[in-house]
Amino acid sequence: MKTLQELEEIRKRTLDAINLRKDTEAIRVVVGMATCGIAAGARPVLTAFMDEVAKRNLSNVVVAQTGCIGVCRLEPIVEIYRPGEEKVTYVKVTPDMVGRIVTEHIVNGNAVRDYTIGYYEAHNN
Amino acid sequence: MMMKEISLHVLDIIQNSIAAQASFIEICIEISHECDKLLVSVSDNGCGMDEQLRKRVENPYATSRTTRKVGLGIPMFKASAEAAGGMFSLTSKLGEGTCIQAGYKLSHWDCPPLGDIAQTVYTSVICNENINFLYLHRVDAREFRFDTREIRRTLGEDVPFNLPEVMAWIKEYLAEGIHTLYGGA
Ligand SMILES: Nc1ncnc2c1ncn2[C@@H]1O[C@H](COP(=O)(O)OP(=O)(O)O)[C@@H](O)[C@H]1O
Ligand SMILES: [Mg+2]
Repeated sequence: MKTLQELEEIRKRTLDAINLRKDTEAIRVVVGMATCGIAAGARPVLTAFMDEVAKRNLSNVVVAQTGCIGVCRLEPIVEIYRPGEEKVTYVKVTPDMVGRIVTEHIVNGNAVRDYTIGYYEAHNN
Repeated sequence: MMMKEISLHVLDIIQNSIAAQASFIEICIEISHECDKLLVSVSDNGCGMDEQLRKRVENPYATSRTTRKVGLGIPMFKASAEAAGGMFSLTSKLGEGTCIQAGYKLSHWDCPPLGDIAQTVYTSVICNENINFLYLHRVDAREFRFDTREIRRTLGEDVPFNLPEVMAWIKEYLAEGIHTLYGGA
């Protein structure tokens, strides 16, 4: 069973990591969680990002949620903000797309073009 | 558009509380097999609604958002409970907070599964550290209680919830707690 004692140990262990984290500007992953996003499957996408970021111990990445991003038919929508760069919007995101986005975009800095809103709109009209 | 699980409605209703600037959100799930009932409530101490808005939001044409003219979350939740032989109630007071309750008849053909409530609580807690959450889940005589204020006290002010180790702890704690409600050791 998980105990609060373990949490106390985590606290002691992680204080250093936190101080390190304060110095670097974070990459933000923002998942749209309005009604249309949730109905379209935003929750498992959010969880997949959280799991992937935790698994790889990416301490400079913050996963966040927001309300309506605006285009219901393209939900689930995920926006990625890298410091100093323009935001990239991914549409119709599913959990199996998350690994690639994390590796190629968040870790290596190259947006996954095929998943972006620009690519989608250009190929589905 | 529809929600496949009750826990997705809960997630959606929590988003309303977040938008209402709540600093405390209580999620309560009560399942009684004897009464053939599943009760869900989400209460918050957010901005609340005035009487006029409160009356309007139960039908699908009210929203204070500007991106779309209709609010759908509350009407969908209400419709899902009522379709499953249940009830729905919304109480709110401007400046004090809001409480939304829905009841389902468990044996009803149209009663959706509760679904992954742990995932709803987990994502909400980790992504909204500034909000205190109390999650109570009762199944017949068993109860599981998860209070983020207790976690905050243990971790201190400096350790965020979104550290991998803390996330893993919270995830497992929730999974174990819910598992025991349904007969697991
Ligand atoms: N917990 C709450 N506190 C204050 N206002 C709320 C709350 N929940 C809902 N509302 C009001 O009711 C409206 C309709 O809610 P909802 O049906 O979920 O649609 P939406 O969130 O898309 O606007 C919201 O826009 C908001 O003005
Ligand atoms: Mg809503």
